[in-house]
Formats: sequence, C-alpha cells, structure tokens
Amino acid sequence: MNEAMKSVSIVRKIERPNTRQFIDAIFNDFMEFHGDRLFADDGAVVGGIAFLEKMPVTVVGIQKGHTLEENVACNFGSPNPEGYRKALRLMKQAEKFHRPVVTFINTAGAFCGIGAEERGQGEAIARNLLEMSRLKTPVISIFIGEGGSGGAIALAVGDAVWMLEHGMYSVLSPEGFASILWRDSSRVAEAAELMKMTAKDLLKNEVIDRMFPEPKEGLENNLDAVAAELKKALLETLSKLMEEETSLLLENRYQRFRKFGEFVES
Amino acid sequence: MNLFGKKSYFSLEGGEKERTKRSDKKRQKAEPSIPDGMWIKCNTCKAIIYKKEVTEYKLCPNCDAHFRMSPSERIAITCDEGTWVELDAKMRPKNPMNYPDYEQVIEKAQKKAGILEGVVTGRCKICGQDTVLAMMDSHFIMGSMGSVVGEKVTRAVEYATENRLPIIIFTTSGGARMQEGIISLMQMAKVAEALGRHDEAGLLYVAVLTDPTTGGVTASFAMLGDIILSEPKALIGFAGQRVIQGTIHQKLPEGFQRAEFQLEHGFVDRIVHREKLREELGKILLLHKEG
Ligand SMILES: [Zn+2]
Repeated sequence: MNEAMKSVSIVRKIERPNTRQFIDAIFNDFMEFHGDRLFADDGAVVGGIAFLEKMPVTVVGIQKGHTLEENVACNFGSPNPEGYRKALRLMKQAEKFHRPVVTFINTAGAFCGIGAEERGQGEAIARNLLEMSRLKTPVISIFIGEGGSGGAIALAVGDAVWMLEHGMYSVLSPEGFASILWRDSSRVAEAAELMKMTAKDLLKNEVIDRMFPEPKEGLENNLDAVAAELKKALLETLSKLMEEETSLLLENRYQRFRKFGEFVES
Repeated sequence: MNLFGKKSYFSLEGGEKERTKRSDKKRQKAEPSIPDGMWIKCNTCKAIIYKKEVTEYKLCPNCDAHFRMSPSERIAITCDEGTWVELDAKMRPKNPMNYPDYEQVIEKAQKKAGILEGVVTGRCKICGQDTVLAMMDSHFIMGSMGSVVGEKVTRAVEYATENRLPIIIFTTSGGARMQEGIISLMQMAKVAEALGRHDEAGLLYVAVLTDPTTGGVTASFAMLGDIILSEPKALIGFAGQRVIQGTIHQKLPEGFQRAEFQLEHGFVDRIVHREKLREELGKILLLHKEG
C-alpha cells in the first residue's frame, strides 16, 4: 500500500476523532447554534461560539459519527445545502461581532440527492466561496480527515489552511477518479497517489500552509497532544491576524487563492 | 427497422468537427444515418433533419431543442458585428499533476473543438452596449474547468472590474478538470473571489446557463450571477444524475435538473429562447448602464 492509500484508510476509520471532539479539546464553553434560518438544521454541520482561551471565536465544522446511529444523524458527514447555509450564517455573524472563524473539514463530499439539488447545492457552495473570500474577519480552516471536493472547499476559503498529517483534499475520491478516468475501480491506490491528495503533496503546491504531525499510536489514542498543538497555533496565528488591517487581510486572502493555476502564454 | 443503415451522419451533440469517422460497424449499431453529412439527427426528438434547415441559432426544426454551440457560433449570434476583441487568446494548459497522456488528451480536444482551451473570453458590444463576455465550450473535454478556464474567466472578471464593465458568462461544463487534480478545485475559489470584487464595485454579472452546466462550475460562478438566465431545457445541477442515483437508489423525477426545474425551485431568473437572447441581454445591459 502506498503512503496516500495508507492515509485514505486512516482518515476513514470510524474511530477517527471528529469535529465535535476537536471543538471540545481545543475550545471552552462551546455553545452550539442550529439552523440556516431558511429551511432546516443540518446535522452534518456543527457550529456555534466558544472561547479560545480568552478570545471569542465562531467555530463551524463538518461532523462525522462513530456509530451508525450517529452517522445517520449527521448524514455520514455529507452536508445538504442547509448545512452550508448554516455555516455561512454563523460566519456572517462572526463578521458582525469581529470574531475570528475556525472551520473544521472532514467530508467525503457534499450530499448528492434529489432534495440537495432542489434546494440548490451548487448555489449554496458557490455563495460560501464568494462570501468567505470577502469575510471581514480572520478565517482559519483545518482539514482533520477527508476533504472531498466542492463540499470541502465550501468551508475552506481561509487566511490559513492547515491539515493533519493524514488529512487529505482532492477534486474527487480516488475511487471516483479510477472509475471515471480509467473505468477500472481496482486502481484506487494508484489514483490516490497520482492525485497528490496527501498533506505532504498539498504543502508542496501551497494548497495548505501547515501540516500537523499525528501521534504514532493513532490520533484516536492521543487527541489531546494534537489538540494542544492546534490550540497553540490558533492562538498565535489568530492574534496576529486580528491585528491586521482588514483591507490587507482581504488582499492576502485574495492572493492566496488567486495564485493557483499552471498554464503557458505564447 | 433501420431505414438509414450504413451511411454516415453526425450528431450536433458530439462536436461537429468529429463527424463520420467512426467505423461502419459502430455506425450501423449506434443510430440511423444518412448520406454525406447533409443530415443530422436530433438527440432530443430523434428526428432526422436536413442540415440546411438548421439556422445559425442551431435549433432543432422539429422540436426546437437548443443544440450545443461553440464560442465562435455564439459570438456570431450575440455580439454586434465587428466589435469582438478576444482576451488571453494564447493561453494553453500545462500538466500540473503529471497526469499520463494529458498532453495527448489536450491535443485531441484542441483538434476536436478548434480552440486552445475550454473557454473563450473577450470584450464586445451587444445591441450597442459594452460588455466583457466569456463563453465555455462543452466540446473541449466536456467544458471542464482546469487552470486555463479558471485563469481566463478570473482575468475576464478582473478586466471587467478594472474597466467598470458588466460581464456575461455563458456556462457549459461537466465540472472540474480531473486531470489537473486539486488545482482545478482551487479555480472555483479563484473565480468566486474575483466575482466578489466585481460585485463590491457595484457592477453587473449575468450568467447564461446552457446545456449542460454541472459540478464545480455550477458550484462557483454559474450560480453567482446578479441575473441568471438559462436556455430552455438545459441540464443544470451540482451532482451528476448517475452519481445521485448511485447514492439514493431512487428513480429521478421527470425533468429533474432541467432549466424549468431550476426556475421552479428559484435558482434561475428567466428561461430565454436562443433567438431572443441577444435582445434580452441588450435590454439588461441598457437597464444597468452607468452614468
Ligand atoms: Zn428535435
């Protein structure tokens, strides 16, 4: 098994720590808020306010479960449009009250269903991309597990994008890649490697800014060690970003995403 | 019964430069065919149509289906004559993921579609009004969005912002360019943020959705228009129908993800017949004229 495939199987383990666990391990007094004020409350997206030490923050993340029951409640971590709209509502609230935003990403992708299409999955994701890019408060996005395509980037237009060692981020799943481009679902491992979806590869092409090592005994056996590192990094980075002039903050965020693309002109 | 066996025909859905090269065997099996590319078959009503009956609007004379268009055909029916000036005409893709054979895939697509990449951008006048215009081409690797599509659309938007111009984007896309991996996903954020600045500047963006508009293009710029128009019956959605069926194991309702479905659910402002599009765009531009 190649390195990429190892990470794929690690992040998909059912005992992999989820967004709620990271929130509890990093923040104090988390108060959860529900609903998008338009249609429903999506269990696949968790959000609310909390303290990071003494700093009020808004936290939003995509939730996966550890049991079938939990997974049914959070739709296996695949948000519907109302999940992305809840996230945006809470981020706009953060902007109003000058709180920074921390997002946690862990999803195989946005949900593909009839209702999701009827309620505009595409519009919900698109709106988040645009509004996050100009949100007048700092945003840090952390990939703690799977990062599946449009459903992941919809919460990841941040000033800093971080990832745990075995996290991943790709335009589609390695299974999808193998079956669509090669019509051969047995070539999943090869696809995972080719797609350069691991934290190490993503650091190289600057899709992420920082990688956090995971404990050898497994993240689920020592979440506190990683949470402490994340907390330290969040405090450092957010206090710096909160000092920044808004126009500079937004310009830097713009350039962070503006730079992606490889092409020739001649 | 196959009255038309053996002879060649071409389908408008498949990119018109690719006509009649399939083997005889395949042709017999696939669909009815008629001599010498003088006839075409409508994929919607299945009628065999005399090619000369199809006007520059590329509509089915039998059922009024809107066939897919190339950017050059689109320019001819949209822009005031002699006003089209192309931007970034020479931009070509690289191979960011070292995807095997990507160069050949690109070369084949360039020959088939007759353009260098999946979008053409420029400025022009429509009914006397200045605008920036971008048109995607579904004949180029399904109109997928990789670095070049993302960069050209972003530059067109930035050009519009700098010059205080509206932008009109004709979308048609199967989604992200998978061969460019994560970099193609990043294009969604890149175009969206450029549109955010165009929006902040108080300028007009009209999205015109054409068949098919799906995936990462729907989930970025297609759905961000101040005004969203669509051609009749265009397929518009986020997820592909086979993916949805594979997820929920249910039959999809009649007309699912078509323009009329999107209008009913509130995601499209107006469905406009292709013969009326130029006039409608001209009116919208005039209504938003500055100063
Ligand atoms: Zn027809």
